[in-house]
Amino acid sequence: MSAAPAVAALVLELALAPLLLGLVVRTKAFFAGRKGAPVTQPYRDISKLLRKGAVFSRTTTWLFGAGPVVSLAALLAGALLVPSGKVPALLSFSGDFLLLAYLLAAARFFTVAAALDTGSSFEGMGGSREAQFSALGEPALLVCMAVLARATGSLSLSSIYPSLGPAWVQVGAELVLVAAALAVVLLAENSRIPVDDPTTHLELTMIHEVMVLDHSGPDLAMIEYGRALKLWILGALVAGVALPPTPWGLWADLLLFVVAQGILAVAVGAVESSMARLRLVRVPELLVGAGVLACLSFILMVG
Amino acid sequence: MILILAAIALQVLGGTLALAFSKRPTLAGKVCAGALLAGSASGLPAALGALAGGGSELVSLPWSVPYGSLSVGLDALSALFLLPVFLVTPLAALYGVGYLKGAEGRRPVGASWFFYGILCASMAGVVVARNGVLFLVCWEIMSLASYFLVTFEDDDEGVRDAGWTYLGATHLGTAFLLVFFGLVARSCGTLDFDRLGALAQAGPGFASTLFVLALVGFGTKAGLAPFHVWLPEAHPAAPSHVSAVMSGVMLKVGLYGLFRTLVILGPGSSWWGWLLVALGLASALLGALYAMAQSDMKRLLAYSSVENVGIVALAAGLGCLGGAAGHPGLAALGFAAALLHVLNHSLFKSLLFMGAGSVAHGAGTRVLDRLGGLLKRMRWTGSAFLLGSAAAVALPPLNGFAGEFLLYLGAFSASTTERAALAVPSLLAIVGLALAGGFAAAAFLKAFGGAFLGEPRTGAASGAHESPALMLWPLGILAVACAAVGLGAPWIAGWISTAVGQLAGLDPGAVEMSMERAVVVLSRMTLGGALFAVGVLLLALLRRALLRSRPVGHGPTWDCGYVAPTARMQYTPSSFVQPLVDLFAPFTGVRREGQAVKGLFPVPGALRTETPDRLWQGIYRPFFRTTSGVVQRLRFLQQGRVQIYILYIAVALLALLLWRLR
Repeated sequence: MSAAPAVAALVLELALAPLLLGLVVRTKAFFAGRKGAPVTQPYRDISKLLRKGAVFSRTTTWLFGAGPVVSLAALLAGALLVPSGKVPALLSFSGDFLLLAYLLAAARFFTVAAALDTGSSFEGMGGSREAQFSALGEPALLVCMAVLARATGSLSLSSIYPSLGPAWVQVGAELVLVAAALAVVLLAENSRIPVDDPTTHLELTMIHEVMVLDHSGPDLAMIEYGRALKLWILGALVAGVALPPTPWGLWADLLLFVVAQGILAVAVGAVESSMARLRLVRVPELLVGAGVLACLSFILMVG
Repeated sequence: MILILAAIALQVLGGTLALAFSKRPTLAGKVCAGALLAGSASGLPAALGALAGGGSELVSLPWSVPYGSLSVGLDALSALFLLPVFLVTPLAALYGVGYLKGAEGRRPVGASWFFYGILCASMAGVVVARNGVLFLVCWEIMSLASYFLVTFEDDDEGVRDAGWTYLGATHLGTAFLLVFFGLVARSCGTLDFDRLGALAQAGPGFASTLFVLALVGFGTKAGLAPFHVWLPEAHPAAPSHVSAVMSGVMLKVGLYGLFRTLVILGPGSSWWGWLLVALGLASALLGALYAMAQSDMKRLLAYSSVENVGIVALAAGLGCLGGAAGHPGLAALGFAAALLHVLNHSLFKSLLFMGAGSVAHGAGTRVLDRLGGLLKRMRWTGSAFLLGSAAAVALPPLNGFAGEFLLYLGAFSASTTERAALAVPSLLAIVGLALAGGFAAAAFLKAFGGAFLGEPRTGAASGAHESPALMLWPLGILAVACAAVGLGAPWIAGWISTAVGQLAGLDPGAVEMSMERAVVVLSRMTLGGALFAVGVLLLALLRRALLRSRPVGHGPTWDCGYVAPTARMQYTPSSFVQPLVDLFAPFTGVRREGQAVKGLFPVPGALRTETPDRLWQGIYRPFFRTTSGVVQRLRFLQQGRVQIYILYIAVALLALLLWRLR
């Protein structure tokens, strides 16, 4: 098997990730009866930010600049590990999802640290919420991976996802539960409604957006691009569970995967348009619920 | 072997010389640190050679002790546990020379260095002892020397209390070990470790009794929950270089005892594994949860040690389960993860304790809610502390992740097997480890963010100063070691495979093969981590290039247009973790006192939060209170006159004689 589809998948991942953000916003505009920004708006935002200067708070230290750099590097490294549907990733080994989960943790750790570096009470509050929700989201993600590993008998993302097809026949019900749990993790990790509202205008109610309030210029561009990559990566984990294999080979699989990612982005937009944000004290219930769901499907498979 | 013995002799010599120079405290410290460095120069290559080479040596000195001979030995397992002793103790000593400068003339610095040297030698002694009596003697010297080190600042009542708690706990643990060795001696007639083969035939009930005794005895020293209550008292009370050695090295000696017991007893029944998994999970989760709730930096680190000891026990428990079920993959990965994490924790935890010591040294307080903004004032200490924190929360590519990765990998590979008896504990391990990881991340963001980031919250913090070079170098070396072990994990996993084989007790070929597979996986994982590090570097260069030609402004932090922000308005470290602490309130038992501000206009308000250890409050304190109440009634026996005690001895002998004649 040549590496060409895998390389193409990575190029598509890096190139198309911002498009997902654009699709989400466009979908929300459609539901709200507005025309909305073009789907390419995130690209324009990022390129404009890259061309700007920056303003730094006098409170901050070198760590403030390290936050976006480390986060984006972690997500780029994570992008190497994620298979695109049936197309394997460039780097794969037993337990690669662990490295992916901990790379996401590294991105989060440095984002929160950079937020704390500003000394702002709002950003501290956002960091505190992020730490709380991720502590509950991470077990859910890893148990989902345990279910997928058990369903397919393999320990690497790039061999789990291509072999999920037969698993649907045997443990279909369990996989539905896992897909639901993974979808909750996706919404929480990407700061989406019902966990967080990326378009809210009040600092007090934000989680992710408030942590990056003080970033500007190239730093903000890196954060925006990282956000898009994170949506793509977690989207790939969700979409890959549901994708059927095509009979026309890897290139067709790749095309199907990209379409599925687009549909997922539209679905995220639809969820955002159709429900309100949960109260913050209710979010842990949602995340623990996702973890319990994943544990349940594991127990069903063992039993 | 001779090099190791020379190293131990040098450590004793260093301590003794320091005592001789106690009139000149700085010199005493330098002499002790120099001797320890020389000892490590002699011992470290020997230990590394024995670890990688895998040979096993045994030297019996011609000196008779009860139940056997005075024998010492070196094998892969001992060599692995010698590494923390030889790596960390000289660095901590160098740091201590700077740290104790302020105490010179006021406190017995020379005596403290004496006990430090003795502590190092006794820890190495425990690890190489191959006879139960020698082992116990070294063990007791280690406990006493560390007690005197803990109570260095003995004019502080809190420190004296902590010392008492520690002394009591460590001797309760030793009591279990005495029973353990007593039973072994009765069954085998000897306490030489190489002649204890009879234990294998002694029946599962007897072996299980021995295992439980060892688990309580060694678990107390290692700080395994629920025997951990002394640890968060003693470690913060000690001077920081001593805390670093106690957390980084001495806890590992306790774990060594547990591992040596597993080697001697051989593969046991599967419920040993379950017990270790249960205690490991309890330690990891409670330790991380309590760490998060602490406001004293060193107390936070002490609870984090409980968490990490729990991770080691959890890994060893999975290894035992794999051994009992004949699953070489799980046995190998579990024990490899345990041993790797032992090494990793000794590196990053000693780094963090020394970092916290520098904060106390530079800012005069360790209370997080009174610190802040130290990264500007203590640039190097702060950067090293950040790296240590990142290693402690297992961020790739640092060393903490490599150990946890192996543990997860073992659990995941066992979770795909058909056997529910392996899949269920593996799932528990995955959930527990992930949850503890989240708590630890919150705890270390609180510690690092609270102390080093934002604006200083008090005058003490804003007047903080960086530590002298003598205290910074050890931090830097340990930080480099954390990164190096993380990136060199595949090689190190290869070196420890002999020790893993000793512990797993299965077919050596199968274990060896699993380890080889683990090394391949680790090397690819490390490649991913290294790519991440390269990415960080490239993006940092890109960012610098982009910003070079652009206008870069500086202003105040965005505060929603509020015109007069103060440092007191920052989010405090306590509030940072409040949501998680409250969410798990049934376990943390957090208590709040004070009245909230009511009404529209500002009025004085107060809030006080406290998170006392529930096990201490609920079980140990009532128990000791009752015990001391009962014992009070027997006080009439203690008259303080020698004649009376001789009378007691005579009466006891007479009673024994009569019992014998019966």
